[in-house]
Amino acid sequence: MATTAVNATRPGPPTRARAWFSRFRERETWFAYAFILPWAFGFVVLTAGPMIASFYFSLTNYGVEQIGGFAETEYVGAENYSRLLDDGKIPLALKNTFIYTGMMVPATMVVALALASILLRIGRAGDFFRTVFYLPQITPPVAVGILILVLFNGSYGVVNRALEALPFIEQGPFWTTDPSWIKPSLAIMSVWAVGGTMVIYLAALRGVPQHLYEAAAMDGASAFRRFKDVTLPMISPALFFTFIILTIAGLNTFTEVYTAYFGAGSTGAEEPEAALMYAIYLFRQAFQFFNMGYAAAMAWLFFVIVMAVTLLNILGTRRFVFYQGAQR
Amino acid sequence: MTAGAPSQLGPTGTGAATARLPGVAVPERRRLRTPPFKRAIFIALILGLSVLFIYPFVWLISASLKPQADVFDNRLIPRDFANNYWGDPTPGAPGDEALFSLPEVPVATWFMNSVWIGVLGALLVTFSSALVAFAFAYFRFPGRNVLFGLVLATMMLPGAVTMIPEYLIWNELSQITGEGGRFAALPDIGVNTQYPLWVPNLFASAFYIFLLRQFFMGIPRDLFDAARIDGDSYFSMFRRIALPLAKPALIVAFVFEMQAKWFDLIRPLIYLRDTDLFTLPLGLKTILDQFGTGGGGESDWQIIMAGTVVAVVPMVILFALFQRAFLEGISTSGRKG
Repeated sequence: MATTAVNATRPGPPTRARAWFSRFRERETWFAYAFILPWAFGFVVLTAGPMIASFYFSLTNYGVEQIGGFAETEYVGAENYSRLLDDGKIPLALKNTFIYTGMMVPATMVVALALASILLRIGRAGDFFRTVFYLPQITPPVAVGILILVLFNGSYGVVNRALEALPFIEQGPFWTTDPSWIKPSLAIMSVWAVGGTMVIYLAALRGVPQHLYEAAAMDGASAFRRFKDVTLPMISPALFFTFIILTIAGLNTFTEVYTAYFGAGSTGAEEPEAALMYAIYLFRQAFQFFNMGYAAAMAWLFFVIVMAVTLLNILGTRRFVFYQGAQR
Repeated sequence: MTAGAPSQLGPTGTGAATARLPGVAVPERRRLRTPPFKRAIFIALILGLSVLFIYPFVWLISASLKPQADVFDNRLIPRDFANNYWGDPTPGAPGDEALFSLPEVPVATWFMNSVWIGVLGALLVTFSSALVAFAFAYFRFPGRNVLFGLVLATMMLPGAVTMIPEYLIWNELSQITGEGGRFAALPDIGVNTQYPLWVPNLFASAFYIFLLRQFFMGIPRDLFDAARIDGDSYFSMFRRIALPLAKPALIVAFVFEMQAKWFDLIRPLIYLRDTDLFTLPLGLKTILDQFGTGGGGESDWQIIMAGTVVAVVPMVILFALFQRAFLEGISTSGRKG
């Protein structure tokens, strides 16, 4: 193309600007813009515009009366943000969300890695079992929420029946009603949906060159050393990636928990505070209490927290990640 | 639009072989020399674990086939097949209603809503994302890198931030297209219609743009240049060369969006009020609230279980049909759920 020829000569700044503008004379450029139009429209109307609007609303008292047109929208400055500090449910929801994420992420990673390592060693049969372990991942989250209620039911649930079959347990915990057991049961249920992470690890494990293990074995490395010093570094990009993704997913947890514990009430008990996740509290403020301004402030706090956690995760774990390409 | 001269390349041109999903390592099957004895132990272990993983499904199906009193009896094979909520059980027996004929929970309607919204939304987002992805992969235009950076940035944005203003947009639309509105002649779009569930799919989605762009970049440029020389317009080149070659990646986008729609609870919760408009996840939540222990229900867990089976089984079928797309998609993207 003509543009590449121009670029290839590396012209100085004035000509480069002219070359840049000259591309607007080409039909190709306008076709390209036409092709990306769907995204551009969506970006402006459904992403950028709402972001700005969301920030604006977070500085107002926008709520149910304003939606209905009964009251004027008033600018309240940082009031919504200072209200976040006084609202006792915010720290509660954050604590719940972090505890749940803190349990779910490592558990999922360990189980996924264990399953993938076993699948790798059983040859062709591994493909069949990979499908089996992936099935929970395609179970709708609402169904998972319902399964939590029935499987972990304190008196009748299958989990407690299995536990009580053990000689040293008389009565299993009341998972769905005891505040200290709600989050563990949610975490266990998410570990059930380990399939996606496992598939990623399986692909990573298959990519580890066999000769590294042979060399390590020749040097007399034990199975544990081979795992620690060959396997883990070689699959560290996959571990890193899933760590980031799972953490974000954990912080965003909504559907399973909302299904099981919120709404018209499905446990018969009161809505348990121990299950109040940040995304659920945000949803309620916005769409059940219609405190839109306050909810927008909550959303921005959430945005900052998710970004900060992700950044910390990246910075904190980056040095353990080994990229094969960089060494060559 | 149609090409002046017939192209030498059929829709399944030679490029198909080279066009694989990038990022999926073509695994060179390693022969791990696991001794047979150890292998037997591993297989036993994995069999045990898979029983653990499959058990909830078996329990669920079995519970859905039981009468109310037996749901928690822990038998995998129901004692009594006659009194469940699937068919038309013995008249006069306790609970002589079928799941699909309970008037307050129109399961069949919800199911069909989920199916058509899922298929339509997935088709739209796949096509629009392919169009955008192709532009980023093939064309060189001013601002390309900046715009693509924006696409990637939107992937990081939590939905919560845009959720409220988007609702207000739809709310505004229902004011002007609803009864008494300025555009009342138009069909009512907005809150409490199903438009908010699929219309955003018209505008492509960052994740699929990224996925499909990677794929398009793997297709040799010569193929497109050859089509141009043959007289194809840009669009017909996209339609005749790019789309057919990208079929594997398009299927990934399609099944992922189907799954996302089938799973989604929050958008129906926000936008839908009338029971007849619900999709299956919201319907299932309604069944749970109506028949569960809370909310005045009588603990009709067998109905809830039957409803859950209706939500679970279609995904299993979709997975069986498109297993490769699911597994490749997850390895490429690593997107959870």
